[in-house]
Amino acid sequence: MHELSLIASVFDILEEKAREHGVSRVTAVVLHVGRMSGVVPELLESAFDSYKKGTLAEGARLEIVIVPVKLRCPDCGGASVREDTDFSCAACGSRRVEIVEGREIVVEKIELETDGA
Amino acid sequence: MSTKTIRVQADLLATNKQVAAGIRRELRSQGILGVNFLSSPGSGKTTLLETLADRLKGRYRMAVIEGDIETERDAERIRRKGVPAWQITTGGACHLEARMIGKILGEVPAAIDFLFIENVGNLVCPASYDLGEDLRCVLLSSPEGDDKPAKYPQAFLSADCLILTKMDLIPHVPFDPVRAAAEALSIKPGLRVFTISALRGDGVDALVGYFVEALDLLRSGRA
Repeated sequence: MHELSLIASVFDILEEKAREHGVSRVTAVVLHVGRMSGVVPELLESAFDSYKKGTLAEGARLEIVIVPVKLRCPDCGGASVREDTDFSCAACGSRRVEIVEGREIVVEKIELETDGA
Repeated sequence: MSTKTIRVQADLLATNKQVAAGIRRELRSQGILGVNFLSSPGSGKTTLLETLADRLKGRYRMAVIEGDIETERDAERIRRKGVPAWQITTGGACHLEARMIGKILGEVPAAIDFLFIENVGNLVCPASYDLGEDLRCVLLSSPEGDDKPAKYPQAFLSADCLILTKMDLIPHVPFDPVRAAAEALSIKPGLRVFTISALRGDGVDALVGYFVEALDLLRSGRA
């Protein structure tokens, strides 16, 4: 249940980027959330909806992209994607794998409203 | 009115990671091993810390940072063992963050060997927050059931060591330590596993050995 504090960090980033680009409204936010990140997408959505009122992202939509767990195997050099919690290389079965994606919580893109054409 | 899309790629945990990295540097430079204990409420974190205080006494010096939603109770239990302890009450927050540890770090005496951090009892959120520790230990007690690693994989995935606690209750509860360990190892190969009873003291020496080995390693890398 730390989704609200994560969303608070999202708004810090939105304000910083809006200032940088000289705009006052954010219209969309795309988050990349790893399957093993430990956060619940639905809770991020509710937190975003309650947090955005009265902010520069009042009317913004939130898009959450779930990032699958991707492993890299140092033994056979293969890359594999796992749907369960068996984190072994799909190609050679090695357990010495490195998790390269699937644990992140990242603001990937934002859409800003610009004046003029 | 028109819009433009910009790529941001900003990690939401970046600030916490930076603060944690600073704490890790600070602890290492003082030759202190930071250990983060993570588990559900009631799995025996504080009892294990009391047992560790007894075992390390006279040989090593330790300090403890306690995290809870409310009350000073855990820090008081540790202080009764003659060990310096600080209580962080989060007032509702479900995990400790590096910033909270950073605020206390200045008060922690430099002449210690181990800084144990007892996280808020919760097997979910604390897993996402690096506190600047060098070892992360997940505790799982026998009454909780041996099926928990697969249900809460993030905690086990982020850990260096698994401590199966309350082994004295094994005759009374359906818990198979071998199954619990196998499940955790399928999530995190290389996880070190210890089975203990902090009340009776079984298995605690092996755990102490593991901490001392990690401390020696940290200090040899410091030279």
